[in-house]
Amino acid sequence: MKDIKVLGGCCGNCDTVMKLFESRATALGVDISLQKISDMPTILGFGVMSTPGVVIDGKVVHAGGIPAPAKIDAWLKG
Amino acid sequence: MADPFSLLADLLVFTLLGLDGATNLGAALHFFVEDTVKIFVLLALIVFVIGLFRSMMSPERVRKMIGGKRRLVAYPAAVGLGAVTPFCSCSSIPLFIGFLEAGIPLGVTMSFLIASPMINEIAVIILASSIGLQFAVIYVVTGLAVGLIGGLLIDSMKLERYVEDYVWNIRMGKTATPEHPEKLSERMAYAWGEVKSIIKRLWLYVFIGIGIGAVLHGYVPQEFFTEHAGADNPLAVPLAVLMGIPLYGSATSVIPVAEALLSKGVPVGTVLALMMSIAALSLPEMIMLKQVIKPKLIAIFVSILATAFIIVGYGFNFLFS
Repeated sequence: MKDIKVLGGCCGNCDTVMKLFESRATALGVDISLQKISDMPTILGFGVMSTPGVVIDGKVVHAGGIPAPAKIDAWLKG
Repeated sequence: MADPFSLLADLLVFTLLGLDGATNLGAALHFFVEDTVKIFVLLALIVFVIGLFRSMMSPERVRKMIGGKRRLVAYPAAVGLGAVTPFCSCSSIPLFIGFLEAGIPLGVTMSFLIASPMINEIAVIILASSIGLQFAVIYVVTGLAVGLIGGLLIDSMKLERYVEDYVWNIRMGKTATPEHPEKLSERMAYAWGEVKSIIKRLWLYVFIGIGIGAVLHGYVPQEFFTEHAGADNPLAVPLAVLMGIPLYGSATSVIPVAEALLSKGVPVGTVLALMMSIAALSLPEMIMLKQVIKPKLIAIFVSILATAFIIVGYGFNFLFS
């Protein structure tokens, strides 16, 4: 099970990222726990200033923008 | 005027619909069509071009550029970078905390936060093409000056104690660097994504701005403005600033309103004061800032800016009268 956190405040892009993860994980049959974090101190605690950011198993893999679906697949398989 | 947007509006409204430009409806509709096409075409074009080169301007990069600099360098850098980075109000909080965490002084941070919503390249280009280059230059220079002076004042008052305590305890460690596309095809896809997301975020505000501008232009008689908002009414400037505080609009969406007001003979200073107040002071922004600074500092921030805009208003009304 992969623990995935989407970091983001209010721009609406984070919801897009959440949905992308949900649909890709279902498509690939990968078991994930998905969580949205909008608490600023926590987000900045990860060292992320540009949202949306993505944290997988405690490690920041992405910041600043909606990741490409191909990338999401790679993270999910990796 | 032979600009293509005006000609297109002539064609649609006067030739095709057969309306007369001297009637209220004709004038309002012509304004609406011209500004809608112009603003959206320019907006898409500018955002796309900037999107191609955008990778230089992430908040992380800005933080690194300003952090550790002496105040003499940091202030001009902060207002300058604030002017070229169109961050939405959602990014204010991460920017604010990230700046302070990097040891950037509160005043410099505030300079950035003042300049950023007020001036951006999109607004400047649209301003220059709708109202004129001279007005655009005045707007930018005054905006930069207000950002600089506002930040310096906040710095001199030593207001750090009004920043929420938890902010000082945040440790970011190593910052994540946002990835940016390298290949041209990727850059273009990224730029196109930016166009879509910015238009999605702004279109409603822009339409409201154009709608208000069109109604003012077509239906409100010039005498109304000369009587109530003319240079000889000393209350017009402070009222314009006060009106702008609760109103929320991006600098871009205010332009059609400013354009209509200027064409009706409202003095330059009054229009500048209203524009700046709408762009830089807004209720949503203050609610956002309340997460990181105490109400007293918000009150000081608003008072400084409101005073600055009033001075700008009177100053330019005086200069141009």
